[in-house]
Amino acid sequence: MQENFTVERSRNPLTKNDFVSDQMVKWCPGCGGHAILASVANVFPKIGYKKENFCMVSGIGCSSRFPYYVNTYGFHGIHGRANAIATGVKVANPHLSVWIATGDGDSMAIGGNHFIHIIRRNVDVNIMLFNNQIYGLTKGQYSPTSPMGSVTKTSPQGTIEHPFNPGELVLGAQGTFFARAVDTNVKIMTEVMFEAAKHDGTSVVEILENCVIYNDNAHTAITSKDLREDNQIHLKNGEPMIFGKNNEKGIRLGQMGLEVVVIGENGITEEDLLVHDQYSQDPGIHLMLAKMTLPYYPVAMGVIRSAMFSTYDDLVEEQIKYAKANSTIKNVDDLLNSGDTWEI
Amino acid sequence: MRLKKGGYEIFHSPFFVNKYEKIFPLKIKRITLPKNFKHKKMAKNKNNVVTKEDVVVKFVGDSGDGMQLTGNLFSDTAALEGNDLANFPDYPAEIRGPLNTIAGVSGFQVHIGHKRVYSSGDMCDVLVAMNPASLKSNLKWAKKGATIITDLDTYNEKAFEKSGYTINPLQDGSLSDYNIIQAPITTLNKEALKSLNLDNKAVDKSRNMFALGMMYFMFNWKQDKAFDFFAKKFKKKPNIIEANKLSLMAGYNYAETVEAMSVTYNVPAAALDKGRYRNISGNIATAWGFLAAAERSGRPLFLGSYPITPATEILMELSKYKSLGAKVFQAEDEIAGICSAIGASFAGSMALTTTSGPGLSLKSEAMGLAVITELPLVIVNVQRGGPSTGLPTKSEQSDLMQSLYGRNGECPLIVMAASSPSDCFYSAFESAKLSMEHMTPVILLTDGYIGQGSELFRIPKVNSLPTITPPIAMANDPDYKPFNRDPKTLVRKWALPGTEGLRHRVGGLEKENGIGNVSMDPANHQLMTDLRFNKVMKVADSLPNQELLGEAEGDLLVVSWGGTYGAVHTAVEDLIKEGKKVSHAHFKYIMPMPKNTETILSNFKQIVVCELNSGQFVQYLKMNFPKYNYSQFNKVQGLPFVVSELSDKFNQILKEI
Repeated sequence: MQENFTVERSRNPLTKNDFVSDQMVKWCPGCGGHAILASVANVFPKIGYKKENFCMVSGIGCSSRFPYYVNTYGFHGIHGRANAIATGVKVANPHLSVWIATGDGDSMAIGGNHFIHIIRRNVDVNIMLFNNQIYGLTKGQYSPTSPMGSVTKTSPQGTIEHPFNPGELVLGAQGTFFARAVDTNVKIMTEVMFEAAKHDGTSVVEILENCVIYNDNAHTAITSKDLREDNQIHLKNGEPMIFGKNNEKGIRLGQMGLEVVVIGENGITEEDLLVHDQYSQDPGIHLMLAKMTLPYYPVAMGVIRSAMFSTYDDLVEEQIKYAKANSTIKNVDDLLNSGDTWEI
Repeated sequence: MRLKKGGYEIFHSPFFVNKYEKIFPLKIKRITLPKNFKHKKMAKNKNNVVTKEDVVVKFVGDSGDGMQLTGNLFSDTAALEGNDLANFPDYPAEIRGPLNTIAGVSGFQVHIGHKRVYSSGDMCDVLVAMNPASLKSNLKWAKKGATIITDLDTYNEKAFEKSGYTINPLQDGSLSDYNIIQAPITTLNKEALKSLNLDNKAVDKSRNMFALGMMYFMFNWKQDKAFDFFAKKFKKKPNIIEANKLSLMAGYNYAETVEAMSVTYNVPAAALDKGRYRNISGNIATAWGFLAAAERSGRPLFLGSYPITPATEILMELSKYKSLGAKVFQAEDEIAGICSAIGASFAGSMALTTTSGPGLSLKSEAMGLAVITELPLVIVNVQRGGPSTGLPTKSEQSDLMQSLYGRNGECPLIVMAASSPSDCFYSAFESAKLSMEHMTPVILLTDGYIGQGSELFRIPKVNSLPTITPPIAMANDPDYKPFNRDPKTLVRKWALPGTEGLRHRVGGLEKENGIGNVSMDPANHQLMTDLRFNKVMKVADSLPNQELLGEAEGDLLVVSWGGTYGAVHTAVEDLIKEGKKVSHAHFKYIMPMPKNTETILSNFKQIVVCELNSGQFVQYLKMNFPKYNYSQFNKVQGLPFVVSELSDKFNQILKEI
């Protein structure tokens, strides 16, 4: 794992206060956004980049107000286009650490095209995908990640659409980094964002976020105190996949895919469990992990995939460097006088 | 000896065989006897050379017949002869249309002149039609008395059927108004290349060079110029060089021998300004103008674009110049094209997006974002026929109103239009300059006709072009606020991410003037709306005065804008020569307009606005300057204006005044 050295480091150690903006945070009390903001304020000084080199880009939606709340260069875009705008920012200036705040509506619906393509290109940006499974800013319509049957203002009889699993979509688009966290766990969120920042390429962090007003308790089965240990598995690179209240359960690779097993039952020991390899180039196991859903599996948290592939912005710079060294056209005068010209 | 083949007669020509023995290992078997064929001793047609001010030649054939290359070589040769010129490729929407059908006809028109040439010309003096379909679809563009060269070998029942002829047009007397040269090009070309042992397909590919050879004879050009082109163009393919050479020579000698060309042309060199010249198409010129602006401004070029006819060439051309630091991003769609450009602009690049009508529609929302964030951005719209997919390969000026007003909210930006292929260079340069210096998006309108058409371009020195000074904020400027403005120009500063002490946020929500916080305050929204409008209007302070062809006052003012410059200019110039009190104002700056616009309009009894739409600019003028007498001349056929229809209209109006 190589860290990203394109971005200039800060000469002085930074603190949380370096990134606090003077703007009033206008999210609803109890909104998951507050916790995400706290994690970002935690993680940005740790990353160590110069504070002027952070650039926050967003689209439209509750999540997308994010740039106003962090004191970095920021761009609040239009609905669905954060990923396209951020691509331009990063390609234009690869020395910036570009962060995207987006939601399930912004990136999975109206901006779906840009989302899959930024991932496919592996532009070196960090996408925070706030997944609250609802449209909050427009007051409660179903989103592409709302579970089938969800009753919302535009689905009074329940939705009849199959939802996206963002992880599956990311890996389907050849994503090189996918992690998942819940808004109630600032510690894991911070860890995961740090990993995302280190990853060279498009990092997608799905944050299961609670919308207190329009979709309260949407993730309760995963996040509630009494259920979370059984219903989440926190993946750690190089460690066997163990979960459960008493760390008694594990994930094993069976013949038909992943299996939840109980350690000690049927002669199963820790040795039989799958060991997490987030750096594996092959996305096969990562996809299975990302797809794990209740009630048969726990939901995977932490970094599911972090594979090294060339990034779009690096290759742009490389091609320019090569062309500058090898082309006979060094300036526009050369260009204007190239090919067939004649004197009159 | 007479042979019957394909329903028409073919003749042996005794002296023809003799002549060709020098070149060909085998004897030519057959040849048609042209209509005006006279048996006389071979003689150079020196006496029949006609000196012309200008000549229009059109090459037409199947899309695979190589008409674009032929036309280009013809035009390049004329350029080397010192002629002024303008070209227009006229190709179908299909890449390779069905053979021998009208849908598959591809054309290339060249207008060369001793006099200055402002457009690719209306009707042609010479039509080279490689098959019946191309003859059928282009005969209407040939002047009465024009010379038509056509490949006799392609005239058969099957081709007639496919092209919609019921009987052979060469025999039914329908072409009696023209000087028609029926040359068995396919057969003669095969014979000429026999020694090379190429397959049939490769042999037939050089039929176009046989035709070009005939044109070389017709224009009294030396063949070695073409040989030089072949040597350059097909450097790595000696076989093709040889084939093209033999074909061209065969065509030349054929033309000389059969004496079917009762006249040949001499178009003396034009009186052009001294300097270094090249041929350039509008789309290439657009791309180069931007590269020059990037160099002049010191801001790196970023293009976010999605391929669309007829704008794609700009994207392809800029992709070539990574050595100049140009970053070209082929986006997943039109919206990503413009949004990536806006992101790049925020990050400090000279940002561009290129498109045509349908793409402009898709970019509307993002243009509003660039307007409200007050970031520089150039949107190039190479207009085509609309609405919707419309006529992708044809030209129109019907996106003017959309460019001016086609966005939600009060959303002013600069709109300007290039007037000719070479002007695309200067317009692109200028649009980038205005965009950066005034921190505003600019829509640059060109069209398929000037985008793909080409003309002579006098190569400028980059350091002779105007300077470009974007208002970049200095690091740690204590007074920096995102929406603080220059009091004179109302322009805000460009603070580039990565710069110390300038962290700020911009976005699509309305901002408080100065400080730049999100603001829903009614009075502030009114203020910002007015500021954005006035900022664009103040651009007029840095625009040159509107120029005029002809006297500053008179009976009729002809107004046009954009790609119609050539035809309208030519028509007005002719009328002025006839002593008519007509002048011409061709607008490049549409929003804002030059400051002397109203003065010009006020000095004429009548104004006629000519445009390739149903009257969009005339509406705009009426709205801004309502008290004058406007009439209009419009055409929405996907075709450029022809000079004669303009002159007729102007004469008619003059009569009525």
